[in-house]
Amino acid sequence: MKKFLASFIFIVGFIGYAVYANSSASSANAQTVTVSNPSASTAADTAASVPTQTSAGSAPPTQPVTPVTVVKKPAAAAGKYADGTYTGIAADAYYGNIQVKATISGGKLTDVAFLQYPSDRNTSVYINQQAMPVLRSEAIQAQSANVNGVSGASDSSAAFKQSLASALAKA
Amino acid sequence: MRQQRIIMGMPVQLEITDEHAPLELYERVFDYLKSIDTRFSTYIQESEVSRINRHELKEAEYSAEMQEVLSLSEETKNQTGGYFDIRTPEGLLDPSGLVKGWAINAAASIVSEAGFKDFYIEIAGDIQTNGMNAEGKEWSIGIRNPLSRDEVVKVLYPRGAGIATSGTSERGNHIYDPHAPGVHPDSYASITVIGPNVYEADRFATAAFAMGESGIRFIEALPGFEAYAINHKGIATMTSGFDSYTNI
Repeated sequence: MKKFLASFIFIVGFIGYAVYANSSASSANAQTVTVSNPSASTAADTAASVPTQTSAGSAPPTQPVTPVTVVKKPAAAAGKYADGTYTGIAADAYYGNIQVKATISGGKLTDVAFLQYPSDRNTSVYINQQAMPVLRSEAIQAQSANVNGVSGASDSSAAFKQSLASALAKA
Repeated sequence: MRQQRIIMGMPVQLEITDEHAPLELYERVFDYLKSIDTRFSTYIQESEVSRINRHELKEAEYSAEMQEVLSLSEETKNQTGGYFDIRTPEGLLDPSGLVKGWAINAAASIVSEAGFKDFYIEIAGDIQTNGMNAEGKEWSIGIRNPLSRDEVVKVLYPRGAGIATSGTSERGNHIYDPHAPGVHPDSYASITVIGPNVYEADRFATAAFAMGESGIRFIEALPGFEAYAINHKGIATMTSGFDSYTNI
């Protein structure tokens, strides 16, 4: 259940981020804004359809993004998000579709309602911000390197190119 | 005994704990990985991927392995809300974000089906272990500091789980430059994902890294997965069950 609740955070985080990016790009005083694919995906530009890890961060979206309808109230508070209700995309989570409606009040996320939920669950579950798990953070610290192996990011694309270059050098 | 090769332009390591494991088995695994490279490399002109990208093959002519990878990629795309996509912006196929983990996983099957249960297989930082190491202990895997690559910042005991890290490229000692354009200090330099096997870990690490700061929450929501994300300020954020892998 804990993991289940945590899934909301991802969805809500995405919505919040999209809203945040969108609000900084459009008029804060607009009463009603219907955002379709191109501008709604601002926040996800680097991520919406990044094809592989080798090109992460630079790929423009190629995937259609479900339109996000944003109904804004006049911005009243100096929170991170503009007040209003926001409907997220129907995201295919690992275990089923999830679509949420988030309510921002006073610049803070105050309510999350589920419009879609995995079929084995109640479709009208409500949670509040307090129910979301807080992920733990720490400053990284060097450890003993006495290990059997090390996991780290590789740039396989660069490696491929390197390999090719060395192969060509031999050719 | 541990053997290393450079395949796919990347270091590949195979260690089978049992000293009686035949060299022929090592070679079989390396040959398999070379065949995968030959099929899926976008840098090899005559690879199947390159031929598909040149429209030289009809879908009915795709190999069974290609069809499997394409099907798994489509499944992963759906499971990640489109964040994982093997289609490049130009519409070309580049399945490297999934093939590495998939190939390590298949290589692990070759070893275990040959009757050896204690092994370590790594391709460039993505790792599948099983059983015990040469000292009769749990395999231990360090998480590399993405900001200073000679350092290990966490020690994990995967106990048969797979580990994969996605992040910015290995490029020597990288110190965060607050004036560097395009690098936000809170953005992740790397995310290490532990999953049921290295295939699962690899594909979701790729997707989670693409999601930026939301990636760790995506992994939190996935049953059976844990993650450790490190940002450019050297602050790590971990999923709620991550600590279960840091103790023997």
